[in-house]
Amino acid sequence: MSLAEPPLLELCGVSRLFARRQDMIGRLAARAGLVAAPQAVRAVDGVDLQVRRGEVLGLVGESGCGKSTLGRMAAGLLSPTRGRVLYRGADFAAMPAGAARRARLTVQMIFQDPYASLNPRLRVAEIVGEAPRVHGLIDGDEQAYVDAQLRRAGLDPGYKRRYPHQFSGGQRQRIGIARALAVRPEFLVCDEAVAALDVSIQAQIINLFMELRDQLGLTYLFISHDLGVVEHLSDRVAIMYLGRIVEAAAVEQVFGRPNHPYTQALLAEVPRLETRRRRFTAIAGELPSPLHPPAGCHFHPRCPHAMPRCRAEAPVLREIAPGHRSACHLNDRA
Amino acid sequence: MMQALPAAATAPILEVRDLRTHFFMRAGVVPAVDGVSFGVAPGEVLGLVGESGSGKTVTGFSVMRLVEPPGRIVGGKILFRGRDLAQLSERAMRDLRGNRIAMVFQDPMTTLNPVLRIDTQLIEAVRAHGRTSRRAARARAVEAMAMVGIPQPEERLSAYPHQFSGGMRQRIAIAIALLHRPELIIADEPTTALDVTIQAQILAEVQRLAREHGTALLWITHDLSVVAGLADRVAVMYAGRIVESGAVDRVLDHPRHPYTSGLIESVPSRNRRGARLRQIPGMTPNLLALPRGCAFRTRCPHAADACAAEPRLTETAPGQMVRCFYPERVTAA
Repeated sequence: MSLAEPPLLELCGVSRLFARRQDMIGRLAARAGLVAAPQAVRAVDGVDLQVRRGEVLGLVGESGCGKSTLGRMAAGLLSPTRGRVLYRGADFAAMPAGAARRARLTVQMIFQDPYASLNPRLRVAEIVGEAPRVHGLIDGDEQAYVDAQLRRAGLDPGYKRRYPHQFSGGQRQRIGIARALAVRPEFLVCDEAVAALDVSIQAQIINLFMELRDQLGLTYLFISHDLGVVEHLSDRVAIMYLGRIVEAAAVEQVFGRPNHPYTQALLAEVPRLETRRRRFTAIAGELPSPLHPPAGCHFHPRCPHAMPRCRAEAPVLREIAPGHRSACHLNDRA
Repeated sequence: MMQALPAAATAPILEVRDLRTHFFMRAGVVPAVDGVSFGVAPGEVLGLVGESGSGKTVTGFSVMRLVEPPGRIVGGKILFRGRDLAQLSERAMRDLRGNRIAMVFQDPMTTLNPVLRIDTQLIEAVRAHGRTSRRAARARAVEAMAMVGIPQPEERLSAYPHQFSGGMRQRIAIAIALLHRPELIIADEPTTALDVTIQAQILAEVQRLAREHGTALLWITHDLSVVAGLADRVAVMYAGRIVESGAVDRVLDHPRHPYTSGLIESVPSRNRRGARLRQIPGMTPNLLALPRGCAFRTRCPHAADACAAEPRLTETAPGQMVRCFYPERVTAA
């Protein structure tokens, strides 16, 4: 990979706000000054992130931190309120409709709940074959094409006349993978794709992801709250807290020399097979509500190193070592 | 095979012997729990580990006598302080439930009523067992809330469940379980839906309880890593049966059942970063169509003809029981 090559995916200052739609009474009341106008949730707040071709970027964060929203924007399922999502240097939103449609096909998403993301009324053959047929990607026999997709995802093509409910959770996830791969993507966004699976099945699906990466040269944005899984299959890791990326670096750096106090606390709390009857401690306090995020650094109310400056000023995500970015005021003191 | 686990230093609070809970479905009888035996001593944490459909949850529900039709306890003894819960009347069981034995569910909204304030629910739970003035009940509720680390318990009492975060709700559910200082708490995946930082807070509270109050804990989970950090002993379930049990260090460092060792080896941290994970082949079994003999044999690397017969749970090392004809060799530590 040459350095001149643009990243496969680039998020530039991407934000996404969600505001509750007000009914008429609410709007009138707000205009009359009877109630305050509703606040918007800033689910994703000014994120800059790059995914290079062929790499696996792990995106880690707790529930409500905005990692799924970020994933949906990366996959083109949701448009950002502010900022740009560039794919091979080009913005989907600025492309002509036909080109944008073709470009979007190259990014596919794998969802957490393999049941909710499959149409229960369609047979597997239709679930997997519909999109490539519509987009004219099949030359030759459609059934042979579907069989090949199923086989690649580790499913017996003999089951393709069945419906999703006739499969186990792990098999359903394989159907979701076969469906995504059927349109020949180069980039997969996996949103908690193994979280709902049993331990023994989870290992099978993780192995499948890694095999497919080698076979097809896929690039992944792998979103998960499971640090063990992320550590295992990522090349780089980004840690998210309340809508912002607080640290991003190569997997060895994040897990070996975590810089941000939140990353450090998160890593300390991960239960591991090797630590027996440990004394659990905990990061003080709760995850704050995204409706009312703390001023300055979002993590300061829970941070053991918080200084007055952290309450007032949001730290910038900046490079602290080659390829290692962190957003913490402590780095300014060195 | 009656005494599955060695007697702990103290007499067990709970001793389950050969428990069988079956579900009578139109398609056939599902042996969800099929001959399970274990014991839990005061202050001890027993981790009951298994994948979905292994029968771990039904085991917990059976002890609480919360199994509903088409499910039924069809055999075995559930000895709580020597008294067989399986034989107890519903009325006598109600006196124990929430009083001396409490349960925490995966989803705290199983415990909480969404339309009642927290104080109403806690005070009701206190007064359900014994005569207590409202004021004393309220004081007890505040105490229990503080015990699970809820800040400003006095003020938070008048809130509704939806005003709390998921982690806080689970803490309230645990507070309700603690109201009567039960001798035994059955916890069914109580931290599975929570984030790691919140999970650590709850595990810290639970550990303190077992240590300081001698509460016995039956911790039901699919997560071996949580069991490693929390439990004293572990029992691994597969297809309705315990396939291996013993001290946590013993079982996790020297697993003898191929299923246990397969589970441990498939954990990402046990594999080199980026390398192919070792995996158990096949799928979690359908309980309506279990293979004859050992239920694991269709997925097992050591399976042989002998496995068509049912292996018994046998002691392979002091305190370690394994249900396998060809157990893994003990590796040098």
